[in-house]
Parts: sequence; structure tokens; C-alpha cells
Amino acid sequence: MLKIKNLTVEVEGKEIIRDLNLNIESGEVHVLFGPNGCGKTTLLMTILGFPNYKVKKGTITFKGVDITDFTTNERVKLGLGMSFQHPPEIRGVKLGDMVNIALGKKEGEIDESMIELAKRLNIAVEFLNRDVNLGFSGGEVKRSEILQLLAQAPDFIMFDEPDSGVDVENIELIGKIMCELLDRNKLPSKRERSGLIITHSGFVMHYIKADRAHVMLNGRIACSGMPDEITKRIMEDGFERCVELCSVKGAC
Amino acid sequence: MKEDRIERAERARAKKAALGEDIAIEDYGTGKEHDALTSLDEIPEEYKQNLLDAGIEPSERERSGSFLQRDRSVIFSKVKYPGLELMSTTDAIEKYGWLKEYLWKAIPVDQDKYTAEVELDQTHGYFIRSEAGSKVTMPVQSCLFITSDKIRQNVHNIVIAEENSELHLITGCAVSHSVSSALHLGVSEFYVKKGAKITFTMIHSWSSGVEVRPRSAVVIEDDGTYVSNYILMTPVKSLQTYPTTYCVGKNARATSQSIVYASGDTKIDVGSRAVLQGEGSKAEIISRAIATDNARIIARGDVIGEAANAKGHIECRGLMLSDTATIDSIPELKATRRDLELSHEAAVGKIAEEEIQYLMARGLSEDEATSVIIRGFLNVDITGLPDALAKETKKMFDMSLEKVM
Repeated sequence: MLKIKNLTVEVEGKEIIRDLNLNIESGEVHVLFGPNGCGKTTLLMTILGFPNYKVKKGTITFKGVDITDFTTNERVKLGLGMSFQHPPEIRGVKLGDMVNIALGKKEGEIDESMIELAKRLNIAVEFLNRDVNLGFSGGEVKRSEILQLLAQAPDFIMFDEPDSGVDVENIELIGKIMCELLDRNKLPSKRERSGLIITHSGFVMHYIKADRAHVMLNGRIACSGMPDEITKRIMEDGFERCVELCSVKGAC
Repeated sequence: MKEDRIERAERARAKKAALGEDIAIEDYGTGKEHDALTSLDEIPEEYKQNLLDAGIEPSERERSGSFLQRDRSVIFSKVKYPGLELMSTTDAIEKYGWLKEYLWKAIPVDQDKYTAEVELDQTHGYFIRSEAGSKVTMPVQSCLFITSDKIRQNVHNIVIAEENSELHLITGCAVSHSVSSALHLGVSEFYVKKGAKITFTMIHSWSSGVEVRPRSAVVIEDDGTYVSNYILMTPVKSLQTYPTTYCVGKNARATSQSIVYASGDTKIDVGSRAVLQGEGSKAEIISRAIATDNARIIARGDVIGEAANAKGHIECRGLMLSDTATIDSIPELKATRRDLELSHEAAVGKIAEEEIQYLMARGLSEDEATSVIIRGFLNVDITGLPDALAKETKKMFDMSLEKVM
């Protein structure tokens, strides 16, 4: 579904991603680990096509289409979606408006079906009437992001730290909805949607099983393997050691 | 008394206003009279859209009364509900001797050359009064319409809500497409009696050759409420206004919201002032201003706290869409004692890139995203209006926005 080849990305003149390769098949969920500043968020923003992230080399192919030069909304129309870690506040634009936009409606009211959708994420009606992200708590931001994705129903979804700042109860809820968004409740052969998850804590991985994990270091994917094993190595030995062990033994 | 008023006006004839560029009143003629209509719907087709653009419903649907002044003539004035009175101010002055107790009581007749001009050569204006205890939630609509070129319109409006009554007013100021230049001088005095409420929704739909100098003041008695919503989306040559609300009574409440979108070479100096003189009185001033092209906006807010437990807040936000436009945001607070609370917040900025990107990540194009952000920026919650009127106001706002975007 998503194929990244030899990708080099600059942000404000500084090279952040170097010669990166990544391939995510239809129905697969990958998880991306790595220390702060290694380029994880940059990779997601580049896939989404934000203009500050300049592709210097390489290609991004989505559903067989080379989208390297596509604008963000063109990519979204093709089926890309993203849950942001720190989405901006927009005054006067309500969460309900965002849900309608995600549904593809330019105008619309908060109707019964939206209220039902919100209920599934423990979001009250009044909350739909609040300016998006304005004064939202960490957990509220995450649930609002997931709600918008539920409405948008993308084929490929990127989650940037969906579990940071979320209390235990809500992590379970978010994990459940993420499973649904990513076809995890279906038999593997029936899964069509794919995803890429960045998580620092790895908490959300208790609720959603990924197919593959990658460790990113200095703008590259330094090692890849089974999520359980990678997680274990990172926990025990740290990122760099995990990568070292990987290259020596070919362990993961 | 009357003589004294005229003398004071005569002396102020050349008195420049404190704010706004000076206008040569004599450059504008007095215009001619027009025939009255028997129903508002009879207004010539070519003018109907002008009325609609200013929030005026020619069919009079969902309106408790209608008033239309064309140039210097009142051509329609009718009220449909008991408890309400509506007529030309000139007629009202003749009919009611007591009206002199209200005339020029909230605004000094010699404030500047414009107030003086309105006194010396008044051409009607509306008088609206709700009787004590009457509560008509359906709004009265009044329209001040200019259809002749190079004329001045000098109106004096008086609105009185008697004790425990409720009065909702929509005023639309409009100009026909055939007018290349005109001057509108409007004096408006509002009196909110004990326990009464007035909501005033005003849409200005001028054009780039029109100069406008409204002079407005509001007096609110004990437990009275005044809510003002002002919308200006179309260009205007120059407009300067600084309505003042005097919360004289205990627990008097005032809310003023203004939404201004200035384009072209528009010059606007618009403010809102509240004077808190009644114990526990409260005022809130909210403004949103967008400047594009070469527009110049001065957005003022001023709260003066003079009474115990008074509370005032100003919220001014400006959005710049062009490097050749300017916004001056000037919030002012003045306290004259300890036991009160005044605050303000002001911000001027551009559209944040990351907000556009966020919306694009939900599927909007860059232009669509920009328009959603602008719409959101101007979207202040309209509170204090009856549901139907709030919806209607929202509709008028959407419609005016649609036109400029």
C-alpha cells in the first residue's frame, strides 16, 4: 500500500531523513520506535505532504501512485489519514465542524449520527461544540483526533503518539477504536487498511498487535523485526544497543 | 429648551469630531422626497437585493414591524403586534411632548458637527417603543436606505424599552448600486428601563463611496439588558463610530459584539465603550476584525468602571490578510475604585500555516481551509437573542460572508 524508496528529507535546510526505505503492505500495521529527534514525526509529516518537509531524493508511492509531489489534500483524497500529536487550536471551528469536514461535508450540523460516533469515544455532545483543541486536555486531544479519523475512514492511517498523556482507561478505549480503524478485528486475510504508529511508551501496543516494528535512528530505519522482540530489546538494552545487536546477530 | 438645543447645535456646526477624518457635509445635497408604499414588498425589484443584503425581509415574514426610510422620506412604517410602537421620530416628537425628555439625553447635541447637523436638518429616523411588560420576541426591522447620488441622510433614532419589556430590533443600512457617493449621519439613542431588554442587530451594507458617522448611546437602568451585534462586511469609504453604553442601573448588563471585514480602500474606526455606573453592572465587548487589500481598521474598546462590584471585559481579535492593510487594536480600561474587575485581551495576527495544514490533512484544499479559518475567526457566539433571531442573525452573517469570500 505504501512504498518509500531512498527518501531523503530536509526541514529548514537541515537533513532529517536519509535514504530511508519502508514498505507497508495492505492490511499491515507497523510500529515505529526511536529516540527523540530521530525523525519519526518528520517521516509522518513527509508522508502527509506538509510543505515544510522537503523531499530531496527518493519517492513515496501510495496505492501504486507516486504521490511525492502531491499536496496534502490530494493525498488525503487518495486515502491517507493522520492522528496528530500536537494539533493546532482553531478558534471558532468546532470539533463538530472538523468531524463534518472529515466526513467530506463542507457544511453541516451536529446530528444524531455524529453524536453516536462521539459517544463511542466517550465524547459528550457539548464537547462537539467546543473550538477544536482549544483548552483540550492531552487525552481529549487524542480522542478528538481518533473521532475525526473515524469520520474520515482513511485506508492508511498514521498515529503520532496516540497514547501520550492519556489515562489508562482511555488508552484501552483508544486502542479498541484503533483496532477497528485498522481492520485488526478481521481475519488477517480480510484486512485491507494499514497503519503506521509512533509510540514512545508502547502502552497502546498492549491493545493493538502490530505486524512489524522498526527502530529509527539518525534519520534511517536502523533495524526492523517482530514487534514483541524489538520492544523487549529496547526495554532491556535501549535503542542503540538494539540496533547493534540486530546488525551483529541478525537477531530480529 | 428647544431654542437652547438649536443654539448649541449652531455653535457646534463646524466642530470637528474627536476621531475620524473630517467630512465636508456641505458637499452632499439634501436629496428629494419619495412616495410612500402600502406594503414593503412594493419596493422596486432593483432594490430588493439591497434590502436582503442588509438583513431586511421585504416580505415582512417573521417580523413584528417594519420601517423603511428612503433617502429623506419614511416610505413605510407599520407594526403588526400590540405592545410595540413604531413611527418616524419627527412624527413621534410632534405626537409625544414627553419625548423631549429623551431627545439628546444620551448624546450631547453639540458633540460634533455631525450631531449638530442631525439636529439642525433632521430627516426622520425611527422611533420604536415597547410598552411596559410587553415581550415581543419577533424582531422589528428598520432600514435606512440611500438611493440618490451625492446626498446626505440625517436620521435621529430613538428606541425605548419600557419597564420589564423586551424589544428586538434588526437595523439594516443599505445603499443602492447607482449611488457613487453619499453621507449617512445617524444619531441613535437607546433607553432600557428597569428590568427591560433590547437586542440590536445591525448590518451595514454600504459601498466604497459612502461616508458614515453614526453617533450612538445607550442608557440601561436597574436589571436592564442590552445586547448589540454589529456586522460590517462590505467596503465603505470611511466609517467612524464609538457607541457608548451607560450602565447606570444596578445590575445593568451590556454586551457588544462587532464583526468587521474590511476590504479595498475601506477606512474604519469602530469602537465600543461601556461606562459602569450601576452597582454590580457588567459589560462585555467583543470584536473581530479582518483587514485585507489596503483596508485600515482601528478597533477600539473602552470600559470605565465607576461602581462597586462592576465587571468589564474586552476581547479584541484582528486578522491580517494583506501586507498593505493595517489594524490598530486599542483596548482601554479605566477604574476609579477598588472593588471592581476589568480585563482585556487583544491579539492581531495572520492565519497560522499549521491550521491550514491541519485542515488540509482532513481533506480540504488550501483555499477551502483558509475560508474555514476566516469563518471560524469571525464566528462569535451570539448570545442573548431569542432562538429564531439568533438563527436568523447567523444566516445573515453567513450570507454577508459568502458575498465577500
